[in-house]
Amino acid sequence: MTVRKVLRGAIGVAGFLLVAEAAGRLGLIDPTILPLTSTVLGRTIGLAADGDFLSEVGATLLACFAGLLIAIVLAVPAGVALGTLPKVERATRPLLEFLRPIPSLALIPLALFVFIPTHNAKIALIVYACTWPLLINTMYGVRDVDPLAKETLRSFGFGSLAVLWRVTMPSTAPFIATGIRLAASVTLIVAVSVELVAGGEGIGAFLTHMSTGAGNMDFVLAGTIWAGAIGLVANFLLTGAERRLFRWHQERVGGTS
Amino acid sequence: MLEINHLRHSYGSHEVLGGIDLKVDEGQLLCIVGPSGCGKSTLLRSIAGLLKPTQGEILINGVPVAGTPDNLAVVFQDYSRSLFPWMSVADNVALPLRRKGMSGARRRTSALEALEQVGLEGAAAKYPWQLSGGMQQRVAIARALAYRPAFMLMDEPFGSVDAQTREDLEDLVLQVRGVHGMTIVLITHDIDESVYVGDRVVVLSKAPSRIVGDLSVGLPYPRDQIATRQLPEFVRLRADVGRLVRGVPG
Amino acid sequence: MTAVSAQRPGVARRVAGRILSLWIMPVALVLWEVVTRWIQAVYFPPPSTVLVRLHELWFSGSWRTFFLTDDAIGNFLPSFTRLAIGWVLGCAVGVGVGVALGRSTRLSAYVDPLVHFGRSIPPPTLVPVFLVLFQFGGSMQVATIVFGVVWPIMINAIEGARYVDRQYLDTAQVFSLSRLDRLRRVILPAAAPKIFAGLRISVSLSLILMIISELVGSTDGIGHRMLQAQGLFDIPTTWAAIVLLGLMGFLLNTTFLLVERRILAWHRGARRTD
Ligand SMILES: Nc1ncnc2c1ncn2[C@@H]1O[C@H](COP(=O)(O)OP(=O)(O)O)[C@@H](O)[C@H]1O
Ligand SMILES: [Mg+2]
Repeated sequence: MTVRKVLRGAIGVAGFLLVAEAAGRLGLIDPTILPLTSTVLGRTIGLAADGDFLSEVGATLLACFAGLLIAIVLAVPAGVALGTLPKVERATRPLLEFLRPIPSLALIPLALFVFIPTHNAKIALIVYACTWPLLINTMYGVRDVDPLAKETLRSFGFGSLAVLWRVTMPSTAPFIATGIRLAASVTLIVAVSVELVAGGEGIGAFLTHMSTGAGNMDFVLAGTIWAGAIGLVANFLLTGAERRLFRWHQERVGGTS
Repeated sequence: MLEINHLRHSYGSHEVLGGIDLKVDEGQLLCIVGPSGCGKSTLLRSIAGLLKPTQGEILINGVPVAGTPDNLAVVFQDYSRSLFPWMSVADNVALPLRRKGMSGARRRTSALEALEQVGLEGAAAKYPWQLSGGMQQRVAIARALAYRPAFMLMDEPFGSVDAQTREDLEDLVLQVRGVHGMTIVLITHDIDESVYVGDRVVVLSKAPSRIVGDLSVGLPYPRDQIATRQLPEFVRLRADVGRLVRGVPG
Repeated sequence: MTAVSAQRPGVARRVAGRILSLWIMPVALVLWEVVTRWIQAVYFPPPSTVLVRLHELWFSGSWRTFFLTDDAIGNFLPSFTRLAIGWVLGCAVGVGVGVALGRSTRLSAYVDPLVHFGRSIPPPTLVPVFLVLFQFGGSMQVATIVFGVVWPIMINAIEGARYVDRQYLDTAQVFSLSRLDRLRRVILPAAAPKIFAGLRISVSLSLILMIISELVGSTDGIGHRMLQAQGLFDIPTTWAAIVLLGLMGFLLNTTFLLVERRILAWHRGARRTD
């Protein structure tokens, strides 16, 4: 059953590539505008050994990691605080509800003013975008903690810090993991966007650079394929890790902003 | 007339129906009893054309069943998943009539008539999930009635309602059976119910199931939940069916 | 009579409560104003300046154009049009293809890897590609939005259509519903909660993609206007655009949630009684 599924998937991919190749060769698609599939695939493989391209990829990934990490350090404690202090949460809710719909990418021009060089602006925007799914999932997670478990621990004379560490954090962990996965899926979008607008280093800058030179469409598509591959692997790893670590956890809302 | 010849069904290597032969006359109310897991639902799903038999054939009025016959309605046990929660009660009842080429107004009147037959004329505008379980099953019966089928199949229709509601619904079936001269096949694992409702009871053995008993019920009409159940004939039939279900030679 | 008079104070109190719970907004606004005036940070103009700019630039037009200025009409209109076309196209394709794939295990086995790859591509990376394919002008932005929103919608539609309760389908078959009725009245409503989950994500995503496509390759639109302001070191206008886009995001999300609540009212009702 699964063998057949894998086989069909492979046939589907191969079929897609062949049709695209044939369309180019038969002149249905102008190869000077959209290069042949074989050319693009060749370039894709070629880029894997291209030191310049790899350093661009490295720059993008570094910004993503840094931004995600900073966002975790900021948003998770904030989420725990808001989750455990309902009064503070209620007071700040209108403010958060007002800020949340601001699309992260609308802040690109401002970030480029405030944070210099571009690399820092990129990280700052990634932090902003990642904060929301992390904050909200953490908050939900903390609110979801079984009050009985907390009571029990308290009745044994544990202080609130001990309760936080022994009950709240472990049972919130799967929610935080979901938040991290959702946030990670946003990082690449933000990073590439900033690079497209402001240049500097990274996949987006590479794409802009290549697309301004005429006839480099094969490089542009190859770069896009690599971006997709990175997204695919990241999502696969994070989903897998989440499933392994927290089998029992049910999903909560997140968001792309 | 419904005719089943040498019907067998297996799920993979697990044989559930081990050769069923059965004839149901027009207008009959046949109850099929059998232990849980013996293949009652499988049999019903085969008749309804929801399952392709592994072997054997099913004829309705002499024609082999291929796909779902269009003069057949089913009342499932799990009413909450057989009524559509996104439609009002009236729309649920009227939905199958779309296939009959009726105008919207005709469909609506037919649906309201059927709801009246089951005593739910007031619930037309409600959603199924706003009703109790017994009422939802009434809606499912109304939907089947509005469809005016020649055959009505019921798969443990009262298995998930409380005892009082169950008795009401049994009486409802007895009351509507004559309406359009329907042939009814009612599946149950409840021995009392089969004798009380049916005019014929067929008993299935454990899987791979075969017919181990075929009794005709001569109880007088109208039947009454208290009086009928006290009749010696009822008591005798119940004991007979019970022995057959348990596989005790009687 | 009594019911009405008993209800009145309750409603009034609730409304008053809602308004009072917003106390942090004016406080934050005043604080922001005071701090920015005090430290005179170049990039952080006081909110009053931003609001004045927002009004002057875009909302001080004649009543005949609903108070919109020429600058507003020249930039909002293209933005909204592209957003609407892109989102609607993305929804149509995503739901259509998704439901078809969800109903056919065989078909979806063939295209599953392609779908997963497609959704993994960060949509902004395609802006350069579409720029070359469509040149400047409306279609590049629309293509970016369509490509971005189609995947989450499709993936949710696939899941929704794939896991339609078997008993719903059995019921449809038993009562010989036509193929169209089965699709319209059984499969689509049953998949609707999942489909709407995808649509919800797509609303904010489409706004993001509108912005990036306008920041990179546009001659008009709100994003382009914002970039222009950045180039001229016009900080208040940059801020005004942020506020405007934030408001747009808020309005789009709120409207969508209202529509969703109406259409999926049965779903919440049925779940509550389960
Ligand atoms: N779709 C299926 N696939 C595999 N086994 C099934 C399936 N449906 C039913 N069975 C098995 O077949 C047997 C008979 O099922 P069923 O007809 O539902 O019995 P009943 O309705 O008499 O309780 C059971 O052992 C059940 O587990
Ligand atoms: Mg059964």
